[in-house]
Amino acid sequence: MTSTVQSSGPGATGSRAAAAIERARSENRAALIGYLPAGFPDVQTTIDAGIAMARNGMDLIEVGIPYSDPVMDGRVIQEATVEALSNGFTVSEIFAVVEGITRSTDAAVLVMTYWNPVMRMGVRAFAERLAAAGGAGLITPDLIPDEASEWLEVSEELGLDRVFLVAPSTSPERMRSTVEASRGFVYAVSVMGVTGARSSVGAAAEAVVAAAHEAGAERVCVGLGVSTAAQVREIGAYADGVIVGTALVAALRDGGVDAVAELTRELSSGTAHGSAGGHP
Amino acid sequence: MTDMHQDTGRQGTDAGAADAIDSGTAEAFLSHDESLRHAPGPYFGSYGGRWMPESLIAALDELQDTFEKAKADPEFTAQVTELNQTYAGRPSLLTEAQRFAEHCGGVRVFLKREDLNHTGSHKINNVLGQALLAKRMGKTRVIAETGAGQHGVASATAAALLGLECVVYMGAEDTRRQALNVARMQLLGATVVPVTTGSQTLKDAINDALRDWVANVETTHYLLGTAAGAHPFPSMVRYFHEVIGEETREQILEQTGRLPDAVCACVGGGSNAIGMFHGFLDDRDVALYGFEAGGDGVETGRHAATITLGRPGVLHGARSYLMQDQDGQTMESHSISAGLDYPGVGPEHAFLADIGRAKYEPITDAEAMDAFTVLCRTEGIIPAIETAHALAGAMKIGQRLAAGLEPGEQAADRVIVVNLSGRGDKDVATAAGYFDLLPDESAEQEIAEEGEQL
Repeated sequence: MTSTVQSSGPGATGSRAAAAIERARSENRAALIGYLPAGFPDVQTTIDAGIAMARNGMDLIEVGIPYSDPVMDGRVIQEATVEALSNGFTVSEIFAVVEGITRSTDAAVLVMTYWNPVMRMGVRAFAERLAAAGGAGLITPDLIPDEASEWLEVSEELGLDRVFLVAPSTSPERMRSTVEASRGFVYAVSVMGVTGARSSVGAAAEAVVAAAHEAGAERVCVGLGVSTAAQVREIGAYADGVIVGTALVAALRDGGVDAVAELTRELSSGTAHGSAGGHP
Repeated sequence: MTDMHQDTGRQGTDAGAADAIDSGTAEAFLSHDESLRHAPGPYFGSYGGRWMPESLIAALDELQDTFEKAKADPEFTAQVTELNQTYAGRPSLLTEAQRFAEHCGGVRVFLKREDLNHTGSHKINNVLGQALLAKRMGKTRVIAETGAGQHGVASATAAALLGLECVVYMGAEDTRRQALNVARMQLLGATVVPVTTGSQTLKDAINDALRDWVANVETTHYLLGTAAGAHPFPSMVRYFHEVIGEETREQILEQTGRLPDAVCACVGGGSNAIGMFHGFLDDRDVALYGFEAGGDGVETGRHAATITLGRPGVLHGARSYLMQDQDGQTMESHSISAGLDYPGVGPEHAFLADIGRAKYEPITDAEAMDAFTVLCRTEGIIPAIETAHALAGAMKIGQRLAAGLEPGEQAADRVIVVNLSGRGDKDVATAAGYFDLLPDESAEQEIAEEGEQL
């Protein structure tokens, strides 16, 4: 690991993800973060849905690169990404999606990607294109900081956010090193499992957030299993941001961009004034 | 060729691989008395590592810690040895194949008979070891992936023996084609889960097993079937298979008074090969050959020759050679042998290939089936179709050795060892279909058309 600054802290100058979360905090609420896979069902729809999310209350947009072997994803997202790939999605199109959303909105846009597509393009080449498209950074579900030396270096140089994951199983030692390696925010996995709506995210999530804050993280956002405004409200009471994925993918699948907009409005009612907690 | 944009070679496009070749050749290792044996991981050169979700890192740490302590515990090693001897049937024989050797340029050929182990292949070595580790960790449930069903059957066997719950993930298509192996696992008390996600193949079975593991890691050990995956799996699976190479080295010295000129094994993920190679890694005069599945021919794009044509990437937790398209999406592999039909390969093989210590060559389906027949008819041994790739390779290597003899030397002065990794009973229907031995409209023919491997 490099000796770069601890940049999920207040000194995260230039971090778009941090800025988006801090803006929500200044409004006394938790940030709302929405995920959609790029190219489902096509690139233009992803851009339109991303813009709709940004205009209806989403502080941060997370677009995923469909990948052949998504081991952290549950059935709904798997099916969407398989469809995106069979519709011909190529990795380079992610930059058009990012640019399409950032050109029309102020929302920070992060790319969620398994690591091999980035490695295949070349970490530097990928990062430079992402930065040029206006992207904020990367969320990397199967990249741990221990294997990320090149990405740590390049992201620091280009001012891109590095969102690593922490889990209920993460040891205190790994919690510290992962928080230190992160930039923008730390992604707290709410449960031991894969993506997908759950009726309850359980007590583990609050403990992970507390552990991450204790390890020095300024911004900790919770994902996996969150699908309703009530859950957003519950989690927003102790986390700095709440991440919704599967529910939005299902909404897009079943009702198109309008349904995404409607769900976003509903979810954002969960972050309405006074729901912010989270700050250590 | 498909529209998958597969690279046709790795030369010149990946600086990392070239650097690795320059900076550390096998010659350099061995001439400085550095041992290649017992490489502990997590890295083998630039390969290996832990390209895994954070959620699983604690489980990998626990496994690594348990494994390290177990290796140093005489009680554990004695347990492994006892199970190997009294349950699996070790040591396996080393059989000289005199009539088969006539097809190998006349050199002497010895077969390491892993086919004679309980459950019919080398797989038992690894599952017994890992199931014992699962018990030591207090886990009550093991999960496994399987393609044709061999590793699934072996895992179900070890779970039954040691009183563990066993769940096996298997591509939905494979569960239909391998209905008898599904029944075999069920007879042994295992639950078989058909995998309907992604391409519904072995790699997707691994994906679903990993998803299960993330959710159930408290109670569950993932009994990975090959020397691939995240650290400590590659070095741990190799450890349990090292017995193959160790026995072979001893046996060949006893039977011939010398080390072999060449050692041949088939490579899918690469567990039988790495176990066999390990006994000879530091013997610089012993050439090591891994034979990959060339399918319809590497030029057709329908193959599983990962080292021959893949390029470095990460899949299922390790950096290694990988069959991938220009976008880094994993490509589907193709082989008549389900056990070699995997688009990745263990990271230690990638390293041994780069430093030149082992050589890897593709064998087509047709070459493998030819060697399959030759062994059946010359030695009375029906090999697994996976193993037939190693036999086809041995025929080529034997002929090369014979062609390179100096004046006054005899072909019989040269010695090849082949790891006969499994028996072919499971492949009878496939082979009968391939050679058109079944009467029209027989039930067996229908099965063979479906690719059933009994």
